[in-house]
Amino acid sequence: MTTSTPGLPRRRRQRFSLNRQQLIGLAWQILVVGIAVAIVGWLWSNALHNLSVRRISTGFAFLGREAGMPIADTWLAYSPKDPYVRAFIVGIVNTLRVAVIGIVLATVIGTLIGIARLSSNWLLSRLAAVYVELLRDIPLLLQLLFWYVLMQGLPAARAARKPIEGVFLSNRGLVLPSVPIAEANLWVIAAVVAGLIALYLLRRHLLARQMADGKVRHLWPYALALLVGLPALVSWSLGASWTVTMPELRGFNFVGGLTLAPEYFALLIALVTYTSAFIAEIVRSGIQAIPRGQWDAAAALGLRRRFVLQRIVLPQALRVIIPPMTSQYLNLTKNSSLAVAVGYQDVVSIANTTLNQTGQAIEAIALIMMVFLTISLGISLFMNWYNARIALVER
Amino acid sequence: MTSITDAPESPLPFNGARSRKTPAHHVIRWLRANLFASITSSVISLVLIALLARAFVSLVQWGYWNAIWSVPSDQTGACRSIRGLGACWAVIPEKYRFILFGTYPFSEQWRPALATLVFIALFYVSSRRRWWRKELVAVWAAALILIGVLMWGGIAGLTYVSQDRWGGLPVTLILATFGLAFGFPLGIVVALGRRSKLPAIRSLCVLYVELIRGVPLISLLFMASVMFPLFMPDGVNIDKLLRAQIAFVLYAGAYLAEVIRGGLQAIPRGQHDAADALGLSYWKKNGLIILPQAIRHVIPPLVNTFIAFFKDTSLVLIIGIFDLLTTAKTSIIDPAWQPFSVEVYIFVGLIYFVFCFAMSRYSRQLEAQAHPN
Repeated sequence: MTTSTPGLPRRRRQRFSLNRQQLIGLAWQILVVGIAVAIVGWLWSNALHNLSVRRISTGFAFLGREAGMPIADTWLAYSPKDPYVRAFIVGIVNTLRVAVIGIVLATVIGTLIGIARLSSNWLLSRLAAVYVELLRDIPLLLQLLFWYVLMQGLPAARAARKPIEGVFLSNRGLVLPSVPIAEANLWVIAAVVAGLIALYLLRRHLLARQMADGKVRHLWPYALALLVGLPALVSWSLGASWTVTMPELRGFNFVGGLTLAPEYFALLIALVTYTSAFIAEIVRSGIQAIPRGQWDAAAALGLRRRFVLQRIVLPQALRVIIPPMTSQYLNLTKNSSLAVAVGYQDVVSIANTTLNQTGQAIEAIALIMMVFLTISLGISLFMNWYNARIALVER
Repeated sequence: MTSITDAPESPLPFNGARSRKTPAHHVIRWLRANLFASITSSVISLVLIALLARAFVSLVQWGYWNAIWSVPSDQTGACRSIRGLGACWAVIPEKYRFILFGTYPFSEQWRPALATLVFIALFYVSSRRRWWRKELVAVWAAALILIGVLMWGGIAGLTYVSQDRWGGLPVTLILATFGLAFGFPLGIVVALGRRSKLPAIRSLCVLYVELIRGVPLISLLFMASVMFPLFMPDGVNIDKLLRAQIAFVLYAGAYLAEVIRGGLQAIPRGQHDAADALGLSYWKKNGLIILPQAIRHVIPPLVNTFIAFFKDTSLVLIIGIFDLLTTAKTSIIDPAWQPFSVEVYIFVGLIYFVFCFAMSRYSRQLEAQAHPN
């Protein structure tokens, strides 16, 4: 640094340097892009050569062929006679099934553990800390294998454990009572969703009016009408049936009820517990990031504690929490691909089978990438939208 | 700053009792403040104590009281008869050599053991602040060469051991350490590239980072194990472990680049301006001024990335590379020991836990140093 003494010759060089810098920049870009293109081109030509030697045709035409692979645990109708494209769709649904439910459960459990870590009860906060530390520091795959082995070690269906009446836990998985979903039931569920959306819009409207004139307007009568009244009316007018079917043991297996296969159940437990440990840390640090002064100031205004938490601390904490939470959701979704280790057929596992059956490696990997990039993009977009919303509300 | 509302909460009776403080009083006071502060808190405490006591009793019964610690070789009848009631820890002394070192020649297993110790010493040295100097790079190079010599052999009177016989803990450490050692410089270059003013370079770096981070690690490993040979010219055959290692370097590079980029963003503009004003070149500016500060900023998140990365090496199980988790899973294929996988997983989980817990403790310590209070 001491060698750079500003002098006359140096200044003359600096006048040049703008052009020179641009030139250097251009040269660098051409060089780097050239190298990248050369490498990709070389790899691609090798691949084309190898594929022609191995008589593998490129392209996605194979998707129309018969898959011939059995898929045990599906929500969609599927038989091995269906084409590959159907198998992939079943795989995507399986991925989403574990990811979406996993995200919801991990958020709930993680938030509770995060709050428990801040509890003034020593035992509770220590236990939460142990939970977080233990689960974070052991590889997810190991935890998944562990849960799966435990699941396999459960008694056979005949000797299934019954923690609650109607719930069976055996090496066939978890069997729960369920409600058969007919068309009428779907309409009622749609009514609940519509009610939620209407309630959300109404809440915004009421809050805006409250901001304007300062009068408190209660939301709960509307909530009651929209979330209980409307669905009940729809259910009654369509004559929907809500009888719960209890699973029964017949022979060696269960009849009726909702069965979570051991593979699915192990994967779900592993993903939820593992991710909830990370979410707990995010929630804890988010709440701790809010300065004490915010609590004190709100208390000085005479606001009640619950109100302070709901309207002052949480909205601010959410801003800190949302971005790292988004990456946890993405991680959970990507981690769901570990399913292949226990034989739950998610999209990665199906792509892997396809790859082994057809040799279409490039296409299979490209499909995995496409699916996950789309899911990642979807989650990011949603969370960014939500992030922008809470930022706006708080000005 | 004591407010009036605080007054009722301060336990006045205790102030009077301060004159005759005994240990028992301390305990009672502590219990009152931390476990039985309110009715809700008391209920929670009692429920938790009951649950914990039950869990503890059944754990001790299973893991210690009813457990079997050794059996004559492969005679697992005694273990089978207590299955579900007690642990069969006998599986650990029977299998630990295979779990730790895989199929490495049995008489030569002191070599991977020594390599593991070299790794641990290397990590320890790198974690000490007073060793954060240029010489550390030389230490790393020397240590990695030493590990290579120990594992491969072929010189200095050591018999040659090919890579397909490596396994267990050293493979996990190799994948993690080499992945980081090569991924780190890659990450730095990509992070700089992503903040570069040159659009072509910037978009290349964004493409690389987002593609790698957007897909699961498993698909990268599949690529390395299945697709990589497709992309190579005829006759070029790269070993499976090396292919996985390349995948890990690319993976680590993308994640580390994002962490380092965060550090670069935290450096105020003035530092760039000052460096420019001194007439430093781009590389000197970044190498001497910007990067040292940026990396110092992000050491705690970097350590967290290291932890995640260390755990992620276990995914090679899926492509059949013999790391610690794969040897553990393989060791219980043996029909005699098959039912005792839980014990083996607990053993291996403990090894992973020790490494990760040490790192996370260290990261927290660094964070506490960086932000006192």
